[in-house]
Amino acid sequence: MTSGSEQSERERSNKDVPKIRLRGLTKRFGDKVVLDGIDLDVMPGTSMVVIGGSGSGKSVLLKCILGLIAPDEGTIEIDGTNVLALDRARRETIRAQIGMLFQNGALFDSLPVWENVAFGLLARRLASRADAKARAETVLAQVGLAPSVGELWPAELSGGMQKRVGLARAIAARPEVLFFDEPTTGLDPIMGAVIDGLIVDCVKTLGSTAIAITHDMLSARRIGDRAAMLFKGRIVWQGAASELMESGNAMVDQFTHGRREGPIQMELRK
Amino acid sequence: MSAFLDFVASLGRFLIGACLGTGRLTLFAVEGLSHIFRPPFYGRQFLRAMLEIGYLSLPVVALTAVFTGMVLALQSSTGLSRFAADSAVASLVVLSVTRELGPVLAGLMVAGRAGAAMAAEIGTMRVTDQVDALTTLSTNPMKYLVAPRLLAGLVALPLLVMVADILGVLGGFIIGVVKLGFNPGIYLSNTLDFLRTDDVVSGLAKAGVFGFLIALMGCYHGYNSKGGAQGVGAATTSAVVAASVLILAFDYVLTELFFAR
Ligand SMILES: Nc1ncnc2c1ncn2[C@@H]1O[C@H](COP(=O)(O)OP(=O)(O)OP(=O)(O)O)[C@@H](O)[C@H]1O
Ligand SMILES: [Mg+2]
Repeated sequence: MTSGSEQSERERSNKDVPKIRLRGLTKRFGDKVVLDGIDLDVMPGTSMVVIGGSGSGKSVLLKCILGLIAPDEGTIEIDGTNVLALDRARRETIRAQIGMLFQNGALFDSLPVWENVAFGLLARRLASRADAKARAETVLAQVGLAPSVGELWPAELSGGMQKRVGLARAIAARPEVLFFDEPTTGLDPIMGAVIDGLIVDCVKTLGSTAIAITHDMLSARRIGDRAAMLFKGRIVWQGAASELMESGNAMVDQFTHGRREGPIQMELRK
Repeated sequence: MSAFLDFVASLGRFLIGACLGTGRLTLFAVEGLSHIFRPPFYGRQFLRAMLEIGYLSLPVVALTAVFTGMVLALQSSTGLSRFAADSAVASLVVLSVTRELGPVLAGLMVAGRAGAAMAAEIGTMRVTDQVDALTTLSTNPMKYLVAPRLLAGLVALPLLVMVADILGVLGGFIIGVVKLGFNPGIYLSNTLDFLRTDDVVSGLAKAGVFGFLIALMGCYHGYNSKGGAQGVGAATTSAVVAASVLILAFDYVLTELFFAR
């Protein structure tokens, strides 16, 4: 039997160990069970697409992994280490490797756009203000925004522009893990394709591991290596993202084809 | 009997709730204070908070102080002339302003202005996930949002009250000289004759405490707000009400501490 730290060291170097491994993850708000025993593995350098109806707990899932919400039960392993058992400082180091695009952008509206994008770099003192600004402009260009946008305030941007700035902020520090909460919602189809391409680039060139939440099936197949469907707090289907449209699972079929009739009943009349 | 038990139960619930709330608030205050002394420090955030609490509150605090001084002089002259003690007007104005009305009125004004703004800003950041976003960008929100504001409250209010003291005396001086016919030189020497250092210092100490309370209430209610725009509105109201009540309560406690010996 090897000691704990030796073991995790060995696992870290092992490509077969999932970058992110969830076991029995459960979260309740009051007596409402939002996550009900989630088991999920995401291998290093791959991207996982999570689909599921509105309110099925997708955003809560990401926030649990980030440590913004404390789960009630279960384990979250990153690189083979159970992060829930770590002290605050170690947790902080792990969190610094994760970039997150929030569903509503969550841009800091008291800071100009470029400072938003460079915030992580400045916060960790990784760059001087001038370098950080140059880096911010490069990243803004990657998401299709002109350098002049950097001088604007978040409130002066359109919804789609805010999303792209949020994306730029998430990838600016080149994190090992990327979470995208609906990256293409609210973008026009062409920009959606550009952003999808950018996410794929990040995963391929940075070797990042990604989890993306999306309602857009085209986008899901473009960015995802694998896909999972969340329903009533459980993963009801997992498979290759390319199989999403012909998964053979009745729930996934209904969801991906947007049918009204099927196993998922919208609770409209109650 | 069961009505009585219900009453006891709800009283118990209320007391437990109050204790929990006080405990949470104390932990919040201690954590916020501890971050003031531990790096990294956010100088820009501190300066911004100083600007908002201190500089931008100057006009309203100045107006309040001048009018208070004027009213004090008027009221005290009509009151004191009944005892043929007109010459006490100047001392009465300066003592009331420095020891009591300067800190309390400035505190209440700043609570309404800066405390409300603080709660609204942090509350909006909370409900739009900006506070969470800070955490994901290696920044502790307690350190980045709360600590600079607590420090700014602690520093800015005494500075404001210094200004308020001077302007309050000026207001009294104007009425004294223009309306009540005092000789300007005599009015000023009356003002300074009975004024002791600890009158001013106790007022400034009160101001520091009030500034801290205002910032604490603004941050605490904002930080814990939930439920969209309505929640932010509720947080703002709670911040102002709580700060105002605490200012008056601590004013009594501090006065007792400083002067009742
Ligand atoms: N802080 C919270 N307190 C209480 N309930 C919450 C909280 N956050 C989320 N919930 C509840 O958890 C459930 C899942 O929310 P979540 O935001 O994860 O949905 P989602 O799958 O991301 O939906 P959408 O696709 O609409 O974004 C919702 O029913 C929501 O009401
Ligand atoms: Mg969501």
